[in-house]
Amino acid sequence: MSTPSLQWFTRRILVLPCCWLLAGAAGAQDIQVPPPPITEGMFPCTVCHDGKNLKVNRKRRILKDMHSDIVLRHGPDSRWCLDCHDADNRDRLHLASGAQIKFTVSYELCGQCHGEKLRDWRAGVHGKRTGSWNGQKQYLLCVNCHNPHSPHFEALKPLPPPVRPEAIQAGKGGAL
Amino acid sequence: MKYRLESRGLKSRRRFLGTAAAAMAGAMATLTGCGKNEVDAFLQHNFRELSQEELRKVIARLEQDAKAKYGKEIHIGNEPAMQGVVFGYALDLSRCIGCRRCVKACVKENNQSREPQIEWIRVLQMDKDEGVDVAHADPYYNPDKVPQEGKFYMPVQCHQCRNAPCTKVCPVGATWQTQDGIVVVDYNWCIGCRYCMAACPYGARRFNWGEPSVPSADINPATHYLGNRPRPKGVVEKCTFCIQRTRKGLYPACVEICPTGSRKFGNLADPKSEIRYILENKRVFIFKEDLNTKPKFFYFYGV
Repeated sequence: MSTPSLQWFTRRILVLPCCWLLAGAAGAQDIQVPPPPITEGMFPCTVCHDGKNLKVNRKRRILKDMHSDIVLRHGPDSRWCLDCHDADNRDRLHLASGAQIKFTVSYELCGQCHGEKLRDWRAGVHGKRTGSWNGQKQYLLCVNCHNPHSPHFEALKPLPPPVRPEAIQAGKGGAL
Repeated sequence: MKYRLESRGLKSRRRFLGTAAAAMAGAMATLTGCGKNEVDAFLQHNFRELSQEELRKVIARLEQDAKAKYGKEIHIGNEPAMQGVVFGYALDLSRCIGCRRCVKACVKENNQSREPQIEWIRVLQMDKDEGVDVAHADPYYNPDKVPQEGKFYMPVQCHQCRNAPCTKVCPVGATWQTQDGIVVVDYNWCIGCRYCMAACPYGARRFNWGEPSVPSADINPATHYLGNRPRPKGVVEKCTFCIQRTRKGLYPACVEICPTGSRKFGNLADPKSEIRYILENKRVFIFKEDLNTKPKFFYFYGV
């Protein structure tokens, strides 16, 4: 007689919360991203930008002393560093609302303008996915493929073309 | 009663034929100087007719032959189709840059012959002004950098058609569509007539005109009977959606390598899959749709 009640207990009290926990964990892993590709030795930014020895200069200008290698080709000319990088905490980015975000969730920043891309990325349609089609997947961050300062996808050297049939018939790389 | 007698007669006839075949095999082995493996290969049945026990023996023999040829342990799997899975593929024409990373990754993963060269994927370069125009497409483009101005790229491989012309014309039933939608070839049953190549409107099938060669160091030892196991000369082969990977839940090699993320793969029967999202939300294009081949390979425009 006690068996059904025991089953009920196991099902309701033990199994269900475990399922919720697992589902929650899977949900968190859904957007699994590698670390952002920050140049080695650059992070944390606050090593230099500590706000004391190096005061914040909010004037829009072309950088000459540092970061001169960065070419900004992203959107209108009026855009510059502090539109995305947070002036008060350089280890963070900020959204249009002023809310600070980590570099690891930079897709939220990109998604402010490129909303439809973010939507497709979340669905796994924009950008590359690796891993398992029916299980764990790995995502890339927007910045893993697009340099945020110059986001157009870089041209690549193509791998060699196929051998032409003439070459195969002549026995050069062909059937013997 | 009559039926029983007949069936008993049939059975004994079968038994007689079986014994005769075995005796003939022995005689052949002695007369021709062929090894046992060659004779067994000659008398092997179609993959779909093999019992589990026969299949185990066939695979053991093929693994032995592969080891002798490549000096390396090669595993030949025979994972069956998963229940409730129909594979589908979508390729983003607006993003492909024609870098051919997929072509070479496919060659490596699927043990395609390096000499003579066999490549299952062919990337066509076409003019943006002209649209999809196969007659004027160039597969041999080789500039310093891709994409080139004014051009777009369309990789073509087996479309795994639901109404596949290639399987219909095969005179021996060596190629067929599996439950998960992959069109496969039994390389040991194929007679090399190449009717399937003539029937395929996508030019997706390749023939081993010469003895295929892959350097031992480059051979991929994780294979499938209906997929990337070493092939003999004189048989047809083609893309199998990386059957050895996808039936284990992995993405195909071309999806994993694509630097632009243009290649998408998933289960058409799962409404939550990426592939279904694309079919339901994007502009999808079916290559040579008018031929009614009903491919499970789609092109789409992601932007």
